[in-house]
Amino acid sequence: MSLEDKYLITVGLEVHCELRTATKLFCGCANTFGSPPNTNICPVCLGLPGALPVLNKRAVEYAIAIGLALNCDIRRSVFARKNYFYPDMPKDFQISQYDEPICVEGFLELPVAGKRVGIVRAHIEEDTGKTTHVGSSGRIQGADFSLVDYNRSGIPLVEIVSEPDMESADEAREYVSELRAILVATGATDGKMEEGSLRVDANVSVRRKGTDELGTRCEIKNLNSLRSLGRAIQYEARRQMEIVEEGGRVHQETRHWNEDSGMTSSLRSKEEANDYRYFPEPDLVPLEPSHEMVESVRATLPVLPPARRAVLSELAGGKPSPSELEQIGTCVALELDGYVNSAVAAGVPFKLALSRAANELAALVGAGGAVANESFVELLRAEDSGRLSATQTKAVMSRLAELGGSVEDAITALGFVGLSDSEVAALVERVTSENPDEWSRYLAGENQLAGFFIGAAMKASGGKVNGRIFSALLAGKREVSRH
Amino acid sequence: MAIVDMSAREMAAAVRAGEISAREVVEAHLGEIAAHDHEVSAFLLVLEDEARRRASEIDAAIARGEEVGPLAGVPIAVKDNMALRGVETTCASRILAGWRPPYTATVLERIEAAGAIVIGKTNLDEFAMGSSTENSGFFATRNPVDPSRVPGGSSGGSAAAVAARFAPLALGSDTGGSIRQPASLCGVVGAKPTYGLVSRYGLIAFASSLDQIGPFARSVEDAAALLAVIASQDPKDSTSLAAGFDASEITSGVRGMRIGVVEEMLDGVSPGVSSVLDAAIAALVDAGATVERVSVPAARFGLSAYYLIAPAEASSNLARFDGVRFGLRVEGEDITETYLRTREKGFGAEVKRRIMLGTYALSAGYYDALYGKAQQVRTLIARDFAAAYERFDALISPTSPTVAFRFGERSDPLSMYMSDVCTIPSNLAGHPGMSVPFGAAEDGMPAGVQVFAPALGEGTMFRVAMALEASAAKPAVPVWRSAAAPGGAA
Repeated sequence: MSLEDKYLITVGLEVHCELRTATKLFCGCANTFGSPPNTNICPVCLGLPGALPVLNKRAVEYAIAIGLALNCDIRRSVFARKNYFYPDMPKDFQISQYDEPICVEGFLELPVAGKRVGIVRAHIEEDTGKTTHVGSSGRIQGADFSLVDYNRSGIPLVEIVSEPDMESADEAREYVSELRAILVATGATDGKMEEGSLRVDANVSVRRKGTDELGTRCEIKNLNSLRSLGRAIQYEARRQMEIVEEGGRVHQETRHWNEDSGMTSSLRSKEEANDYRYFPEPDLVPLEPSHEMVESVRATLPVLPPARRAVLSELAGGKPSPSELEQIGTCVALELDGYVNSAVAAGVPFKLALSRAANELAALVGAGGAVANESFVELLRAEDSGRLSATQTKAVMSRLAELGGSVEDAITALGFVGLSDSEVAALVERVTSENPDEWSRYLAGENQLAGFFIGAAMKASGGKVNGRIFSALLAGKREVSRH
Repeated sequence: MAIVDMSAREMAAAVRAGEISAREVVEAHLGEIAAHDHEVSAFLLVLEDEARRRASEIDAAIARGEEVGPLAGVPIAVKDNMALRGVETTCASRILAGWRPPYTATVLERIEAAGAIVIGKTNLDEFAMGSSTENSGFFATRNPVDPSRVPGGSSGGSAAAVAARFAPLALGSDTGGSIRQPASLCGVVGAKPTYGLVSRYGLIAFASSLDQIGPFARSVEDAAALLAVIASQDPKDSTSLAAGFDASEITSGVRGMRIGVVEEMLDGVSPGVSSVLDAAIAALVDAGATVERVSVPAARFGLSAYYLIAPAEASSNLARFDGVRFGLRVEGEDITETYLRTREKGFGAEVKRRIMLGTYALSAGYYDALYGKAQQVRTLIARDFAAAYERFDALISPTSPTVAFRFGERSDPLSMYMSDVCTIPSNLAGHPGMSVPFGAAEDGMPAGVQVFAPALGEGTMFRVAMALEASAAKPAVPVWRSAAAPGGAA
């Protein structure tokens, strides 16, 4: 029995999401990524003596949108000061919501895992600047000197805290992936993990199967991709299992994920943790969004991924198979569900539309291509009517994604213009007369020889013959010949 | 009349009418400062060149027939905790020595737009923490009425500058009485407006939920004129109110007004100050008001609550003085040592004491019993004042329990803190309060009467103050008696 079989893993996630506002949370400086260091700064985001914060309304609207999208209650909230010294924090305190966050008690559905993860809270806070420590250690203690860029100081963030409801690295990855899709759909963020727009901390604990009490948790930081998240949770869970298995105790601490070594290492213990001395921020008034404000944000929310998946599931007859469920998930995550809906509305069978969208179209879009919704529908109708084979359809779609243009032009350019019925009939005559032995055996009942004739016809026509029409005419000729 | 003896309104009117130039006004005051500030030490920095340049600009604008504002050419002394672009702003702390802010406080923009001229930055207790200006990181300011005594604080430099006729107007900040107490001790008018009436943008914070900027003047009407200029909503200050102040109705008297005397503020008051208050009550009754005693029970706990809330906020507000981005830096082996050395060297004893008190009050395990409890007391104080205002239009009390004390006389912090026992409750409640000089008490030193009104009741408050000032019964207020200017002695 492996260790993984003897233990249960519990994961809770804290996700920091940078809001896509034009300006910072408390001042008018631009909220952009990649500007030269210390160019988007002012007295407020530099924390100069006497400067005061003024809350960005757009950031509040985004926070409300996120809360609504995660099925949260939107409440009166209060900003607090989180006090600690660090050079990248200009005021030596961070303005964050503490015991009265704006969004509470929501949930998020994981479609593949088939479970609901609770959302404890989502709150607004300001980002810090960015420090680069120069010297051997790469950390602040022992650095020769440190460079601080305050462009990021005061960028608006929403921190979303989940319940510890996930039980595997896969569930954690699915949670972040689903959360990201929802956040991007609301327009609140661009969701770019590699640029730090979405930052994930994971709380991981393990316990022996059959016990109820949760194990001591460790918080893992520096998870910059879904891949890191999955690997780090697996590594950390295994580390904890080994400690417990050997009779040891896991110590509550913050650990750092090292992508290169594939290991976590201790950053600071619970005892070393700061006393943040939170208290209400006296320079801001309580944030009490009116009913009208909440409703106007709700009215602007797009249809979110869960509802969009539900539409496709309904088209699947309400009971999608596991593979269909996965295809539906792919379509929604890549925002290709509109293609499926349009195709179905135009009479294309759901399974065909779903498969082409989740496989071929998804691959093309993933590679940077684009196919117009109307073209996708037109192409699938041609396939469904038998005018194009599956292979031809895929070839046309690739060409459209690469070069654009109309479906008809692509079909012509690829030489997929179908033969007329009389030309196909002539082809039937030709291949049957050229292969008299096979024809006799076919007449005698060897049905599988139909494939031989199709192959011969394909060869003779240079692939232009439509297999379905050819098969129909071939079968018709056999009926006539038998009588 | 000498220019420096004119009221601010008289000066502005004369400048606007072209009877005197703004340059003459500035030169007259710079002359007084040059002749006498060595006796008072009101200023940390005198802005001679800037003031002259501004005065010439105003004179030129008048010559072109342009509108120059209600305070045209009037010099104003500004407490050195308000940011003025490009001009050294220190809070009288060594940690900020040499710091030149890249921006200007909203109040200073407002007064400059009204034609006033910042003539200098005045001394204060370091970061506005103190009641005598002895805690300045640079030097102490003397009381112009008796240079062996303190001017009060923390806005001691601004109060002394107005009393010594270095400027007809000054700006101070009041967190627990820092405008009103020095006004009382120096014999001038000082007002703390309703919290939120004047923008705090650019005021270097001591305790953000209590700090409020207000005017000093030698007359109630001058104080009202300055408040009218600085009171308005500022989009840069989230706590500022959508309100202003109209100075036009303050002369309508107190006939029929109901005025309460706060019982809790009569304990421990010196006999001389008690007599001043009794005379003021008699004057108000004479002017047609009804005056009765009223209890505001929770006011007794004001001092205790204040010395938890104010240090708690200060401990956080002053964290940014860490040697990283501006001000003093004393290098250490690593960042932690740099923080420690910079703050050890840069802050004075009282500032350190309050940072430690406040850090403790906010610490895990103590928050509820200390900071949390203090906030509850604050709510009670506001509630008890609200109850009193249901029966009374305005309240009065002594401003400070005593007259100005001698240097070094209050070395024990607690006895110093007691100076503000009557002024602190209104900062906690958020309502306005002002001090009006009403004669002399012990040793011939001035003493003020404090007037309170409900939030945004500045109109009522100034009416009461005007009635006191205009009273025929008002005793003479002791004034400037420089050895070098015997004509000024009362």
